[in-house]
Amino acid sequence: MTATIARHRPGQGREDAGRDGFGRVLRAEWIKFRTVRGWVIAVVIAVVLMDLIGLFAGGSVNTTCDNGGGRVLHGAACIPPQPLGPGGVPVTDSFTFVRQPLTGNGSVTVRMTSLTGRYGGGYGPASQGPAAGSKIGVQPWSKAGIIIKQSTRQGAAYAAMMVTGSHGVRMQYDFTHDIAGLAGPVSARSPRWLRLTRSGDTITGYDSADGRHWTEVGAVALAGLSATAQAGLFVTSPAYMSLSEVFGGTTGQVGPSLATGVFDHVRLSGARPGSTWAGVDVGNQDAFGPQSGQLEGFQRAGDRFTVTGSGDIAPQVPGGGGGGPNSTIEGHLIGAFAGLIVLVVIGAMFMSAEYRRGLIRTTLAATPRRGRVLAAKAIVIASVTFAAGLAAAVIAVAVGVRLAHDQGTYVFPVSWLTWLRVVAGTAALLAVATVLALALGTLLRRSAAAVAAGIVVIVVPFILGIAQVLPIGAAEWVLRVTPAAAFAIEQSVPAYSQVRASYTPPIYFPLAPWAGFGVLCGYAALALGLAFIVLRRRDA
Amino acid sequence: MDTTLEVDGLRKRFGATVALDGMTFTVAPGQVTGFIGPNGAGKSTTMRVILGLDAPDEGRALVGGRPYRTLRRPLTRLGSLLDASALQPSRSGRNHLLWLASSQGLPARRVDAVIEQTGMQAAARRKAGGYSLGMRQRLGIAAAMLGDPSAVMFDEPFNGMDPEGIIWMRGFLRALAAEGRAVLVSSHLMGELQDTAGHLVIVGRGRVIADSSTADLLAAASGDRVILRTAAAAEAAAAVQRGGGSVAAVGQDTLTVTGLAADKIVILLGEAGVPFSEVAAHRASLEEAYLDLTRDAAEYRAAAPAAPDTAPAAPDTQAAR
Repeated sequence: MTATIARHRPGQGREDAGRDGFGRVLRAEWIKFRTVRGWVIAVVIAVVLMDLIGLFAGGSVNTTCDNGGGRVLHGAACIPPQPLGPGGVPVTDSFTFVRQPLTGNGSVTVRMTSLTGRYGGGYGPASQGPAAGSKIGVQPWSKAGIIIKQSTRQGAAYAAMMVTGSHGVRMQYDFTHDIAGLAGPVSARSPRWLRLTRSGDTITGYDSADGRHWTEVGAVALAGLSATAQAGLFVTSPAYMSLSEVFGGTTGQVGPSLATGVFDHVRLSGARPGSTWAGVDVGNQDAFGPQSGQLEGFQRAGDRFTVTGSGDIAPQVPGGGGGGPNSTIEGHLIGAFAGLIVLVVIGAMFMSAEYRRGLIRTTLAATPRRGRVLAAKAIVIASVTFAAGLAAAVIAVAVGVRLAHDQGTYVFPVSWLTWLRVVAGTAALLAVATVLALALGTLLRRSAAAVAAGIVVIVVPFILGIAQVLPIGAAEWVLRVTPAAAFAIEQSVPAYSQVRASYTPPIYFPLAPWAGFGVLCGYAALALGLAFIVLRRRDA
Repeated sequence: MDTTLEVDGLRKRFGATVALDGMTFTVAPGQVTGFIGPNGAGKSTTMRVILGLDAPDEGRALVGGRPYRTLRRPLTRLGSLLDASALQPSRSGRNHLLWLASSQGLPARRVDAVIEQTGMQAAARRKAGGYSLGMRQRLGIAAAMLGDPSAVMFDEPFNGMDPEGIIWMRGFLRALAAEGRAVLVSSHLMGELQDTAGHLVIVGRGRVIADSSTADLLAAASGDRVILRTAAAAEAAAAVQRGGGSVAAVGQDTLTVTGLAADKIVILLGEAGVPFSEVAAHRASLEEAYLDLTRDAAEYRAAAPAAPDTAPAAPDTQAAR
């Protein structure tokens, strides 16, 4: 039983022989992680939780509808076609258009003296007219002005100069872009002159208070604008919304509206000889029911045009009025919070478990450069979490959106870059949050304390922020200053200042996607930095 | 490559408690150095300082002339076992060794080699949480041997071992020393190291009480005492005192005589006509030597190496009685 060792001279100076490699520490920590079966299983559970919750986020909806011809349709067939703008975003494109073809370069100039409107009511008895019971007033984003548009097809590229209900003169183009011009409302005493000129693909907007002194508001290139475009006058007015906050959410009244603009000094240069002004109802506005046509349209008296319209020329947003699509891709990532809880526990324990039984001393004796141990652990746990989170997010979004579509839910389409940002961002969020938990585990050393701290710092703010249990202002502050701000990375549809909607969590976050993610990274960096210092100074 | 461990003037406080109070000694290659002291004497703290785990308030510890923390692949220089229970219970022994080997850039065959060396092949692939204390000790020793280090350091390696294991451990330690390694083994029981350690560092209350070879220590501790057994204790004591010796009663029939050699005592007793059953020069065991050293403050101070002028006042230094 004695000495089973062979006689030899020990450790012949190999101490400094090997590469001074961080890779060794990294490999050691990876072996540590993968050889605790409970941790590996927990990661799989996190993925399964994310996907189960995410795939059934929409519930089991079975949409049925009528195609108008008495035939009952199911599921995806019920999703109405949505016009897409030049950028691929779904848009609302409904307005009254008084137009002429414009071939080649040219310009359109008008003076506006009035913008009025009506809202609410409608759908009254036919005898009382379609606008019965409506009230007088313009909407903040009621729009009247001039437009040069590729065609009268919904979603076609355009640039427009307009007066608005309460946002002054604007230049807008291709639905998502908005530039401010002259401030203040339009009236007979303070008229607004508007001009658009086309030169090649470039359209330049000007405004003026007197028709003599013009200011350029913006010059935009509309790629691929065909030689002949449609130019003229337009009026539209979005649904009126009165949003009021109830505890933890908003409730709103939504109703139709229309606006009437009065134009004179209408000049079109570059028109085809012999063309005349013709009205067209783009996108069948019908805001006040089937008889809306009695209201929408235009009258001309000499040089004076009175145009009435309803609808909007704007990107569609979830949470907006008017029954647009409300489902977003990130809706299928709601399970991330469940995965997060599991991963926070693993992240904290990856370090605190070493303290539980003193294994940390073996670890630090093997790697006396302690910062490397923490760095290796952070890289291992972040990589594992990112990979698992990415797999879970890709499945949840890809399959979830497909299922929702098949059930007849219109899911807001996004660009592939946005899709990638949402999916990879969610994985990155999980990875960074887990690293934060790892740092907490290093600082606190006790698993229970570290897990509790991780949950309190990351998961609880997220739930407070999006579960509509706090007043919106408070919820937005939570989503601004806590690590839960990072969930902004999941917001797939931007908020547009020129579109009125309920821009509240969980669809909209107070911080931009990367800024919100940055908040979490800041917390993680701070905690990791403290953990580095403490780990290096503290007796093991 | 020979590796000497040098511990030089270590001081460390944990709050109000003085854990190390000028701890100084050297562990030479090629022999087993016993690191002996009662619980709380600072043995484990010293070992943690050597490994760079705890930072001393003063002093330094060097491994082959370098602070441990500057070693790039430390397990190839100094293998250690501090706490055999420091394991992730759900990880197998083999996987525990595998990550350690990886951290030093050692190949997996080293793992299998030390598993065989410590005789734990049967348990290596089971979860470490199910190991007996003895098996955990073997795993800890396997971990210490992974890097084939030129110095090893074991904290209380006999704890929890069955007699067979203790015998194996003694042989193992001797073999390591015979290979030229520096071996530092702590224990709070002198007997465990009786026949194993060639050198002893005895500590109490954070400082070294004695630092010498085992042979010298035994000789010094035995002193010139003679055990005298007699039914006529009073007469015997009188006779010995007349001859210039001093006497202390140990039991009813037993006296301890100092200041006289055994043969001189026999002559004195014969001349006085006092009957006796035994006169024998005392031969101390390590255990007694240890108790002697730690019992008496005066002897303790005499035996302590001359500490640099920082020796604190009496109460603190009257260590481990």
